[in-house]
Amino acid sequence: MEQHELNKLRWHCTRRALLELDITLGRFLDNGFNNLNETQVKTFIDLVAMEDHDLWALISGKVEATDPLESEVIVAIRKH
Amino acid sequence: MSIPVHKYDVVIVGAGGSGLRAALQVAEAGLKTAVLSKVFPTRSHTVAAQGGVAAPLGNVNEDHWMWHMYDTVKGSDWLGDQDAIEFMVRKATECVVELEHYGMPFDRLDNGKIYQRPFGGHSQNFGEKPVNRSCAAADRTGHAMLHAMYQRNVRANTQFFVEWMALDLIRDDSGAVVGVTALDMETGEISIFHARAVIFATGGAGRIYASSTNAFINTGDGMGMAVRAGIPLEDMEFWQFHPTGVAGAGVLITEGVRGEGGILRNCDGERFMERYAPNLKDLASRDIVSRAMATEIKEGRGCGPNKDYVLLDITHLQPETIMKRLPGIREIAIEFAGVDPIKKPIPVVPTCHYQMGGIPTNYRGEVVVPQNGEPSVPVQGFYAAGECACASVHGANRLGTNSLLDLLVFGKSAGESVVEAIKDGKLPMRPLPEHAADSSLARVNRIDSASSGESMHEVRAAMQRVMQAHAGVFRFGEDMKKGVKEILEVAERVKNVATKDKSKVFNMARVEALELENLIEVAKATMISAENRKESRGAHVRDDAPDTPEHPNGRDDANWLKHTLWFGSDNHIEYKPVQLKPLTAPSVELKTRTY
Repeated sequence: MEQHELNKLRWHCTRRALLELDITLGRFLDNGFNNLNETQVKTFIDLVAMEDHDLWALISGKVEATDPLESEVIVAIRKH
Repeated sequence: MSIPVHKYDVVIVGAGGSGLRAALQVAEAGLKTAVLSKVFPTRSHTVAAQGGVAAPLGNVNEDHWMWHMYDTVKGSDWLGDQDAIEFMVRKATECVVELEHYGMPFDRLDNGKIYQRPFGGHSQNFGEKPVNRSCAAADRTGHAMLHAMYQRNVRANTQFFVEWMALDLIRDDSGAVVGVTALDMETGEISIFHARAVIFATGGAGRIYASSTNAFINTGDGMGMAVRAGIPLEDMEFWQFHPTGVAGAGVLITEGVRGEGGILRNCDGERFMERYAPNLKDLASRDIVSRAMATEIKEGRGCGPNKDYVLLDITHLQPETIMKRLPGIREIAIEFAGVDPIKKPIPVVPTCHYQMGGIPTNYRGEVVVPQNGEPSVPVQGFYAAGECACASVHGANRLGTNSLLDLLVFGKSAGESVVEAIKDGKLPMRPLPEHAADSSLARVNRIDSASSGESMHEVRAAMQRVMQAHAGVFRFGEDMKKGVKEILEVAERVKNVATKDKSKVFNMARVEALELENLIEVAKATMISAENRKESRGAHVRDDAPDTPEHPNGRDDANWLKHTLWFGSDNHIEYKPVQLKPLTAPSVELKTRTY
């Protein structure tokens, strides 16, 4: 990813409606994002585009992801 | 340098609840309307509001706007303006019904009417017993509200400028507001938005504190811009706190944890609430628990390397109880505190939640300032609504579910005032002053060209530490004096912030440096106003203004029943009277606030 694309992604991760997502997504960008493969990066970008309550429900485990790829990335986010 | 100029009838800054409601009012009247927002509208912090919106519909049990008014005045500890409060509660039903017609999926009763639930501080018959007054859409009220209003705005042809950050107000020589400057984050370019009227709906500034429930976006941009344009801020000493936010993160731990047997402990492992509230202990009211926690920390019995938090212990509960009765708490503790609460206690601290003060307005949403001996003279072309504004309906403390009501009623009212003034020919398109964008360009250029200086992150953290330590939930005279000195020192450091990233496109470092320039104005306003108010009232509680027979709850109406106005140019304070006379109702007479 180009630097400006990464900057934009960081903005979309850390200027959320919910504080919980600002923290978890920001932390993941700093510590886990670089370990994602190309397909996982695309999935992560799709997840970031979700509504805040829906995304937080997945990350906090209130709802389980049905798509295996999504599930993989959610597990990675939770680890950081 | 030629700056692009966009011309609109009305420019609204902020696309949360009040911004969208204001935009709808002006766009549906056929005015050319622009909304600027740092984020997509449905990512605004209004989404986080879960409790509901207060309205005396009386769908579950009998209710009346005068009861709602009484509760709000009492909640405000009599600092709320009673004309604005009457206006708000009398408009509540209309605003909720409108939302329903926009498609808001309110929870319903079997008979099809909107379901209402009880909420703290709301009562029947002037404090007699609880009333069901909150209208909600499951636990996503704010989210559903924003969606309903965004769709409606799209229908009304409101033009959204998403990922644009407003930088400064533009005022002409007469003081009238004629537009704003704004930064397009996608290109890094600065433009002028020239308009007949500007409405600020930029939300709160909870990020001035180290521990805040507010999302990162709440950086007080509207207040920073207002201060730089010479507008004072009102009642900034009043902030609502929640007792148990995760230390270092701010994410809330529900009060249900103490209800299920959670115990607060200091660094000695002592159950300190036994000393402060021998009967109720950890189940004492929010205020008492918060003050006890702050006192423990202040007296050196906090935990951790900096002794700046206490522990919420549920390790004595059965794991099954925790999982069953407190769903989600274990995940929050693991995620944000890094501890499994089944094995270890959770670090917690009183956490900033909501700002009662803001840009001074009247109930028409007009921004008002003192002029020639008059306390509240409207600024031509300038309006504000929602958490960034101070109407003042929340006074010294806000009732739950009145914040969503505030943003609906005053967003609409600001929009109506603009429509009416334009219709009456009172808001012509005034010419832009020469060099309208100069001060914004200078600010951005300074950040861009600084080759060395202080780190934004370090200076912001320093500001947050000062505010948390000296203007927290329980305030100490000497600490606040120290806090004023320290926050002014931090403000000097803000002027010297430099960023490494000099790129144009989505330069987050530059945006964060600009946000910090807004935050620091709010921090100064808060610290100086807090030190100045020598009584306890509502959410402003001082150790040296205790509960006495002469001054119950530490409140001193003889000297302090007045609004604070802080001026950023030289940090001086003026006062304006509280409006004790409602529009039509009898005044809610002063008395001691007890629940």
